[in-house]
Amino acid sequence: MTGLGPAPADAVLIVPLLAAALLASLPNYRWAARFNIAATFLTLIAAGSLLVAAQPAPTSYLLVDDLNIVFIALSSFVGFTTSVFSATYIDHELEIGRLTPAYLRFYHAMYQVLMFSMNLALMANNIGLMWVAIEIATLTTVMMVGIYRTHEALEAAWKYFILGSVGIGLALFGTILVYVAAEPVIGEGLRSMVWTELLAHAPAFDPALLDVAFVFLLLGYGTKVGLAPLHAWLPDAHAEGPTPISAVLSGLLLNVALYAVLRFKMLMSANAAAVAPGPLMVALGLLSVIFAAFMLYRRRDIKRLFAYSSIEHMGIIVFAFGMGGPLANFAGLLHMTMHSLTKSGIFFTVGHIAQVKGTQRIAEIGGLTETHVWLGWSLVVGVLAIAGLPPFGIFMSEFLVVSSTFARSPLLAIILVFGLLTALGALLFRLNGLAFGEARGGLAPIRASYAPLSTHLALVVAIGIYLPTPLVAWFQHVSTLLG
Amino acid sequence: MINLDFDIAHLLAGGLVVVSFMLLYQDRLYALLNIYALHAVTLALAVAWQAYIQGAPHLYVTAVIALGFKAIVIPITLHRIIERLGIHREIETVVGIGLTMLVGIGLVALAMVVMLRVTGGATPIAREDLAFALAVVLLGLLIMVTRRNAVSQVVGFMSLENGLVLAATGAHGMPLVVEISVAFSILIALIVIGIFLFRIRERFDTVDIITVDQFRGERQ
Repeated sequence: MTGLGPAPADAVLIVPLLAAALLASLPNYRWAARFNIAATFLTLIAAGSLLVAAQPAPTSYLLVDDLNIVFIALSSFVGFTTSVFSATYIDHELEIGRLTPAYLRFYHAMYQVLMFSMNLALMANNIGLMWVAIEIATLTTVMMVGIYRTHEALEAAWKYFILGSVGIGLALFGTILVYVAAEPVIGEGLRSMVWTELLAHAPAFDPALLDVAFVFLLLGYGTKVGLAPLHAWLPDAHAEGPTPISAVLSGLLLNVALYAVLRFKMLMSANAAAVAPGPLMVALGLLSVIFAAFMLYRRRDIKRLFAYSSIEHMGIIVFAFGMGGPLANFAGLLHMTMHSLTKSGIFFTVGHIAQVKGTQRIAEIGGLTETHVWLGWSLVVGVLAIAGLPPFGIFMSEFLVVSSTFARSPLLAIILVFGLLTALGALLFRLNGLAFGEARGGLAPIRASYAPLSTHLALVVAIGIYLPTPLVAWFQHVSTLLG
Repeated sequence: MINLDFDIAHLLAGGLVVVSFMLLYQDRLYALLNIYALHAVTLALAVAWQAYIQGAPHLYVTAVIALGFKAIVIPITLHRIIERLGIHREIETVVGIGLTMLVGIGLVALAMVVMLRVTGGATPIAREDLAFALAVVLLGLLIMVTRRNAVSQVVGFMSLENGLVLAATGAHGMPLVVEISVAFSILIALIVIGIFLFRIRERFDTVDIITVDQFRGERQ
């Protein structure tokens, strides 16, 4: 990647890194918010040009292939829309004095570091580098979750830090074991940590060692995906941090960890003698769906409600990838994309709602469709979409997951459908109180940024109604890669 | 001299597991920090020995980091923090020490059974190292689970990372990238923790997680 100009692949990394340095030294917060938007927009353009540009040859550190382009494009897009939302959100937080300009400088710099580390994790062609990138992403989000410095925020950040570190520690042990398995075949040194090399030589690895390595990797990165029973950090981190961070956590960071699991799953599938990774993932995924579906009923905090819904959806996605095969993988990819768009859209709405009402307690919020027409109906649309009702994109992907499972193992499909319906009931029940009925809580109008959330919801509706053929072809191609 | 190489590597890696056990039953913060320093010194020796027998000079860097940073700088810093915070020196454990030790022994047995079985293809030194490393990692987890105090949880986490470093050095010829990153992550982690402890102190005058824990997830 030592071409003449900066290739798009490099720009995806360099832009956020430079922006982080600049934002850390920029004292004026109004400009910082705008600059933050500009930087994420540039990253988005770079990521977009990855789609059309010729893929650079993989180096020992970086790799661009058909699989990770999907993830990079998605994360750059949500990163951009979130930065637009963040600008309005942050303005309000300053007005009410929850944040000070000094903290904002830190916040914006961290936002860019997070973008950088996520893109690095996605583009890493080296299992060590990928681990480092995910570790950086974890540490930045820990600091951002604790930024309000309230009792609750600190506890959430501490819990996230401890659980995240343990997860990341287990993942490193798994990474070392993969190296140990690869070393006798590929030879000592860097080459034994390079994805492309590992995948090419995987059939010759010691299967027993790979099995143990995968267990550590699944548990380690699975903690970051938020799979039950390793999810304890997730609701707290979502509820107590600034809402733009909740949107990025749910929409992007969980996907990045999932991507790591998928890469190692490909490695396992390439080795015929190793244990099939599918059943483990199916079990964890199903457990997360059922657990989260029931937990949804007892939520009293609006951001926690949607955090549990994220656990449920990550469960569905892991389940789909665990089932494997072209159709289930396709459904998993589609569901991941739809969930990212919908959930971050919902968090944009919820962020403004919490600001209007001055509370996150569900009991103190009501009748939104009458008092704040646009916010209220956005919430209705978002929740209907996330609950998996037609005509939204999530309905389509859930339908694909369920129907592909029915063909192969009806019992699992029945359990999954039970979980989905349980979650649907909980979400609709809560939505009724939030959006309709008697108006409760603050009634003041609010300056909200409607563009990001309408864009997300419009995309979800559009894809639910008509899935463009190139996108279908691309996803089908990637699903066959995943095996 | 192959046997002596192996024996010393075995002794040092095994020593790390023993020191992990010592961490398990410390009930005073200062003593815990001293034992942690010993843990780091043992790690430094084990890594240096690996560097010698593998003929891998870059591993000496890892050993020096372990000795200078983990055995000296971190314990002293944590000492200062404890002093400045004036937190009481007793550690409240969730489970009794006897039970904890029994669980610890079970975990070590588990580590041996799992790792020795699957690493049949690796060299004997790498096998032993990985098995001991997993034992140290699991004991580190156990410390984190059984302690309520923030500082001792951090010590548990750092002993876990020591186990990871041992594993990384045991894996023959693993690139330096990873070792440095491990050391680096500890540095970052300490900064984070420092900020956190400071904030927690500022707000609650205690770093006992149980006080912070009273907010149990849900706002009623």
